[in-house]
Order: sequence, then C-alpha cells, then structure tokens
Amino acid sequence: MPRLPIPLTMPANRSESRALRRRRRSEAVTAWAFISPAVLVILGLSVLPVVWSLLLSFQANDLVTPSRWVGLDNYRALREDPNFHQAVKNTVVYTVLYVPLSIALGLALALVLNRRIRFVGLYRTLFFVPFVISATAQGVLFSFILDPEFGAANSVLHHLGISPQGFLTDPSQALFVLVAITLWSGTGLCTVIYLAALQDVDQSLIEAARLDGAGRFHLLRHVTLPALSPVSVFLLLWQTIQALQVFDLVYVTTKGGPLGSTTVIVYFIWEQAFKEFTAGYGAAAAYVLAVALLVLAVVMRLLRRERTPRTKAAAS
Amino acid sequence: MTVTTTSPSKVGSRPVAEPAPRRRPRLPFSAWHLLLAPLAALFAVPLLWLLLSSVMSNAEINRFPPALWPSKIDFGGYSYVLGNAMFPRWLLNSVIVSAVAVTSNLVFGSLGGYAFARMRFAGSRVLLVLMLATMAVPFQLTMIPTFLVMKKLGLIDTLGALIVPSLVTPFAVFLLRQFFLSLPRELEEAAWIDGCSRLRVLYSIVLPLARPALATVAVLTFLTTWNDLTWPLIAINHDTQYTLQLGLTTFQGQHHTRWSAVMAGNVLTVLPVLVAFLFAQKAFIRSVTSSGLKG
Repeated sequence: MPRLPIPLTMPANRSESRALRRRRRSEAVTAWAFISPAVLVILGLSVLPVVWSLLLSFQANDLVTPSRWVGLDNYRALREDPNFHQAVKNTVVYTVLYVPLSIALGLALALVLNRRIRFVGLYRTLFFVPFVISATAQGVLFSFILDPEFGAANSVLHHLGISPQGFLTDPSQALFVLVAITLWSGTGLCTVIYLAALQDVDQSLIEAARLDGAGRFHLLRHVTLPALSPVSVFLLLWQTIQALQVFDLVYVTTKGGPLGSTTVIVYFIWEQAFKEFTAGYGAAAAYVLAVALLVLAVVMRLLRRERTPRTKAAAS
Repeated sequence: MTVTTTSPSKVGSRPVAEPAPRRRPRLPFSAWHLLLAPLAALFAVPLLWLLLSSVMSNAEINRFPPALWPSKIDFGGYSYVLGNAMFPRWLLNSVIVSAVAVTSNLVFGSLGGYAFARMRFAGSRVLLVLMLATMAVPFQLTMIPTFLVMKKLGLIDTLGALIVPSLVTPFAVFLLRQFFLSLPRELEEAAWIDGCSRLRVLYSIVLPLARPALATVAVLTFLTTWNDLTWPLIAINHDTQYTLQLGLTTFQGQHHTRWSAVMAGNVLTVLPVLVAFLFAQKAFIRSVTSSGLKG
C-alpha cells in the first residue's frame, strides 16, 4: 500500500483508526523536534525574562548578591527621580521631532522619485545607504565631523565666516544634533517603503481622477495619500518605537551629556542596571517604557481598524 | 474634452504666449534634479568625508581650520589600527557571531516555520501566539534577566553570550511560516506520496522555492547582529571578545586625538555592510520594505 499523506484539510475519519493515529503521533514528534530550538531560545530568553524583569522591578538587585523584595519602592522612586523625568522629556522631544520629520521627508522624496526622471536608482541608493550603517559608526563619524576643534563642520562654518558651534558638546544643541543624525540615517527607510507602496497604488484610480479634472494637489490629497495611509500608520508606529528605544547613538556620541541633555530612557535604564548596579530600579524603568510602547501599539491598531471601512460595528 | 486644469480664456488673456504645459525647453533635464542632487549630495558627503579622513594624516586633521581634502594619501591610520590595535581580532569576532547567527536563523527558522505552517501538533496555536507576542517585547525589558541567564550559564565575556540570544528570532520563524503558507501544497503532497520524510520535503522542495524569504531573513539577521552595540556592551568586558562596534567606540574613547586611525577603524567597521549592500542592493531593499509592508 502506498503511504499517503495525512489529509490535513479533512477531519479525522474515525474508521481510519490506529495506523492514522500512530502516523499523527509520529508527526507530532517530528513537529516538536522541528520547533524545539526556536521554542527553547524564545521561551528561555524572551518569555522567562519578561516575567523575571517584572519580579526584578519589585526588588533591589545589584546583579551579584541575592535580591531583596521592596514592593513598589522602585516605581515610587521613579516618580520622584528628576533624572528619570529628564530622560522621559528628552526622549519625547527627540521622538516628536524625529518621527514626523523622517516620515514627511521620506514621503516627499518618494513622491519625487516616483516620477519618471533619470537616476532614480542612484538617488534611492544614496538616500538609503546611511540606513545600513550601524549607529555606532554613525556616532563615531559625526563625533568627528562635529568635533568643535578638529571637525569639518566648524571648518566649513569658518570658511563661511560663521563662528564655531559646540554641536554635541553644547547642552542646548546636542539633542537636536542627534535628531539630525538620525534623520540622515533613518529617512531612507521611509523613502524606500513609500516608494514600494506607491508602486501598488491603483493607477486606474489616478487616471479616473485625472480625467475628472483633478489637479496635482487634489490627486495627492484625495487619491495618493489615502491609498498610502496603511503604510503611513505602519511607519508612524515603527519609527516611534525605534525613536523611543534610541540608545546606541547616544552612548557613542554624548553618553547622555552634556549636563544630561541627551539622557534618553534606554540610556537611563542601561546606566541604572549596568553602571550603578541598581538592576531592580532599571527593570522598573524598563517596564514603564515597555508599557508605554504597548499602549502605543494598541492605540495605533485601533486607529488603523477604525480607518478601514470594511470593519463592521458588530465586530466589537 | 479638456485635460488641462487652466481654462482656455485665462491662458488667452495673458500678454505673453506661454509655452505649452509639460514642455520646458530651457533645461536639458528635469527640474527636480535641482532639488534632488544637492539633497543626495548632503546624504553622501558624511560618507565621503569618512573615506577621505581615513587616508589623511593626523597633522592635516589637527590643524585649524582642518583640511577638507587630503593633500596626499596617507595610510598611517590603517596601519595603526591593523598593527597596534585589535581590529583584526574584533573583525574576526564580528564575522563569527554574524555568520553563526545568520546560519542558525536560517536553519531553525525554516524548521520552526515549516512545522507551524504545515504540521499538526498539540499546542501549536498557543506556541504561535506566544511567539508572536514576544516579537512585540522590547529588548530593554529582557536585557537585564538575559544578562543574569548568561551569567548563570557562564557565558558572560565570551562570544557565546553574543551568539546564544541570536540563535533564532521569532521574526525568522514567523516570516518563514508566512512564506511557506503561501506556497501551493500539491508539490509537497506529491513528494509525501513518494515516501519522502518531512525533513526531506522541506530541504529539497520547499526551501528552494523559499529563496526570497530566506534572503530576507539572512539580510535582516546580518544587519541586526553586525550592527548591534547594546548587547555586546552589556555582555562583554574583555577586549579580546569585543565585536567591531564595541571595539570601535572604545577605541574612539581611548584615541581621541588620532582621528585618522579612528576613521580607518570606522571604515573597516562599515565596509562589510556597505559591500554586502552594494552587491545585494535589491535583496536589502526588498527585505526592508517587505517586512515593513507586512507589519
């Protein structure tokens, strides 16, 4: 008798008895063998740490000696800690500047590159290349370019007759300089994603609108942008998550300074856990950030669902 | 029927005859280049400057105002980072960690993704949901306990601490599962009837069809492991175990006045990614956009 595959699409037939059941059991064994590496790593280094982190956030822990239960003290201390407030403020300022700017600039570039002009491939490459470069390399490079003494930026300003700037060493500029660096490296992502989405916009819609006498602005406002809105919502969420988690660039360029002007939340968490060895306190701050990210993701999801006309009211 | 938006009377009322729309004879190229070219230059200049300063002498960089263009090419920076610093060692460490991570994500991601896509077993749905949920967990939440786990395993300060957490990501499993689901079932069923095992079917029928998805997993795994700084910074103390990213930032801190050497090290750090990107640009961009559009 030829060996037949299990008819996955059909419900098990009771009369097909033992052979089938044995077959299915061996199938389950194979399946578990296939997934066990993934399950092991993901359970051990993701699910377990999530729970562990929660426990840590109720403890005082120095990463070495056994920890001590302190209840909600870490969270209470966070509420009072001016450094944490400063970190939250810096992160919010950074995010509020970076996210809309990167999306708007990315969209504008994509709309221009979507026209039939020459060298589109070259432009796209140039805008996207900084994205593949590590935040470390970006940070080291811009620390040099913006070095107040030896940097090219001040050299150029000198030739233009403008007085030298402090850039990353100036507390009133550093955070904005970081936004500019991330715009340099992060805008290309928005551009290529919008470009890909623009290829999918229904050309017949645009043609129809054009025949109805819609101008360029109207086409953009009433046809193209609505068609892109799922991608825009995705990018908004994605860029926001990335911005709220910024760390590497800050570590390499400013280490949170000068005068705490670029201490962002993740830098604060890292500092508490791995420099001050107050891991419980760091874990509590990490939980605050994670809950904020979760709330954000849920809100975005609801927003997206509300925008989709197909959703029925009965679904809720 | 008229297609233009301006009414004929308005055009006629103007004293000077305007050229017909869409024909601008003065420029031999599209006017958009006037906007795009300077912007593209702005994006390219920092990288150009990285390359230039890596072949400048320190004397040229350290005078004021610093030179913007090397008067002669000087490989002093490169010989310093290759001879006196541990860059070759760090490069090797980075290659080892990335190569293992890419390979194991392809292998374990395929196995897991295939099991979730095609096989029936108790608990599969719960596990899949759990796996999806962990994709949303930010790294900052897990990094402290992961450090403690790695310490218990005795892996802190070894490359093992960098490799183990990146052996397989839920992203790889999920992306490959989605791709396998989109393949027609019939091909696999024919092989089944011929008596092939699941592993054989996966290896010789499914995976050859899944090349685009495998390329996406490989590209994104390589980018994230090669470029990561946060986790090596936490897990590694001893400089023989540094990756390039960690080595570069430490080197910069210690050699603040040897900018040409720092930039030479920086070139070595970004060059592998840049070369990979330029050779496989399509795969890179498709990977990034496909993961974006599906999210």
